[in-house]
Amino acid sequence: MPPPSRRVDYAAIHCSREFSELRTRLRRFVFPMTFAFLGWYLIFVLLAAYAHDFMGRRVVGLVTVGMLLGLGQFVTTLAITFIYHRYAKRNLDPQVRLVRALAGEGPA
Amino acid sequence: MNVAAVATPTGNPMANIGVFAVFAVATLALVYRVSRGSTSTADYYAADSRFTGAQNGIALSGDFLSAASFLGIAGSIAVHGYDGFVYSVGWVVAWLVGLLLIGELLRNTGRFTMGDVIAYRMRQRPVRAAAALSTLVISFFYMLAQMAGAGGLVALLLNITDRTGQSVVIAIVGLIMIFYVLVGGMKGTTWVQIVKAVLLLLCVTTITVFLMGQFGFSFSAILEKAVANNPLGDAILAPGTQYGHNELDFVSLALALVLGICSLPHVLIRFYTVPNAVQARRSVVWAVCTMVVFYLCTLVIGYGAGALVGSRAILAAPSGENSAAPLLALAIGGPVLLGIVSAVAFATILAVVAGLTLAASASFAHDVYANIIKRGRTNPRREVRVARIAAVVLGVLAILGGILANGQNVAFLVALALALAASANLSTILYALFWKRFNTMGTLWSLYGGLGSCLLLIAFSPVTSGSPTSIFPMVDFHVFPLNNPGIISIPFSFFCGWFGTMLGGRNESSDVQKEMEVRSLTGIGADLRQ
Repeated sequence: MPPPSRRVDYAAIHCSREFSELRTRLRRFVFPMTFAFLGWYLIFVLLAAYAHDFMGRRVVGLVTVGMLLGLGQFVTTLAITFIYHRYAKRNLDPQVRLVRALAGEGPA
Repeated sequence: MNVAAVATPTGNPMANIGVFAVFAVATLALVYRVSRGSTSTADYYAADSRFTGAQNGIALSGDFLSAASFLGIAGSIAVHGYDGFVYSVGWVVAWLVGLLLIGELLRNTGRFTMGDVIAYRMRQRPVRAAAALSTLVISFFYMLAQMAGAGGLVALLLNITDRTGQSVVIAIVGLIMIFYVLVGGMKGTTWVQIVKAVLLLLCVTTITVFLMGQFGFSFSAILEKAVANNPLGDAILAPGTQYGHNELDFVSLALALVLGICSLPHVLIRFYTVPNAVQARRSVVWAVCTMVVFYLCTLVIGYGAGALVGSRAILAAPSGENSAAPLLALAIGGPVLLGIVSAVAFATILAVVAGLTLAASASFAHDVYANIIKRGRTNPRREVRVARIAAVVLGVLAILGGILANGQNVAFLVALALALAASANLSTILYALFWKRFNTMGTLWSLYGGLGSCLLLIAFSPVTSGSPTSIFPMVDFHVFPLNNPGIISIPFSFFCGWFGTMLGGRNESSDVQKEMEVRSLTGIGADLRQ
């Protein structure tokens, strides 16, 4: 049940340059980033599954390579989160406001 | 198992019950206060979208700090060491799927359920039926896992070891949960989730700081003592102790985790409780931060429990691995801290099951009743009434299921629910949001293909039959070697979605497709309260 649209001309917005710019900006960021973090996670998991000796190598005291790589996953997750947060604020939100203005809507 | 090993971990059962009763009464009062008997659908399903990103983010992380992940992962690290930690990494990384691909677009497109998004530009009735089926199946598996865990917890914390007594406690937990959902709807459930998550975070950070202090702020010193107190020795510092025998199974589990978490129905509907996409994004940022803190603490707590309690004592306790964190609490803070940790663990089960019940009842009332049976012609008051009735029915089923599944392997059940979510929901949602050509046929293929292949593989896996830990250990009809089907069923559902779309021919309505795309990216027309 698509809710009753308030006579917004979606097709026209869809064709607009502002909207395609918004879509490009979103996809250009989220797709590569998704492949990157999934790839990095998969490398970590495969190492943990198949490279026991490497992961068990000591680095500092009893702390092993595996633990540092695991903590590395935490760090990259936080980093990607904040990079995206900043990217969205600078590059996506203003563009969303532009497109919404086309439709005669205020900021969400 | 000697008598002492059963009696010691319990601490003082009356104190545990006392702290839990205080929590239960306080949250019931809170739920009653915030609800004020509203009957609108937007209020019942989505709390009128009035939560802030921070509030919803904490509630989101609350959905994941379930008893299985808190007690289970801490216990797994205490006993098996590193493998438990690898498992916890998946719970953190998974949030990026929600942040980058799902959260904001879902918030802009849908209103109350997952069905809203995937049926947006498709034929309503068949797609909503499939979405509702997937939601109900996944929620039921996840619910079963939570309720099954409750039995072991009861044994540990209240020293109730006979099954009848445990069943009574499971029923009481279930009844309180039903009250939350009936009276509080999404608003009440969210507040319970927030209170619980904050308590849990305070608990784990306090224990962690205390532990680190005791070991002179040297993590390596904790590891040293844990190694000394574990018959596995320094094997617990490297992978392989828990999953070493079946590497591919482990990879499959990891995939299901990272792709399944943000596709769980009760997580998806959380995104509707905030006013707009920016707040949805902010909720995930908050959730990521809390989860990182939480699992860092769990790492310390896990090895700390191994160090101070020792893995033999943990495995000898009534609920085995799950007792690591409570036993550690007892060791460092006495019966009072144990009482608090136990109460929080119970609260966790309560809150998570409430969220699941709400998600499933919303899908039944909104997708099945309002849109399939009544074809969109019903009034909100009646729809909410149907949702409440569905919540009672589902709650009773959860209680019965929990009593029957008492003693089943909780971690497996959780992993299966995640595999189901990753297989059926993720592919469908991503295609619906990002692929222009995706059509009704493709939607049905990817939902049923993912759900069906996943269930079929589980039925013929060692989880169901053929090993001592199976559901039916006496018979052996397993032909699929892995415990977790994700590595096959997730790609298969993506393939099904593509194949079905090709079979289905041209796009049904490009106008609606354009509308959905504009709406998902900009939120135009997405205000719930219009």
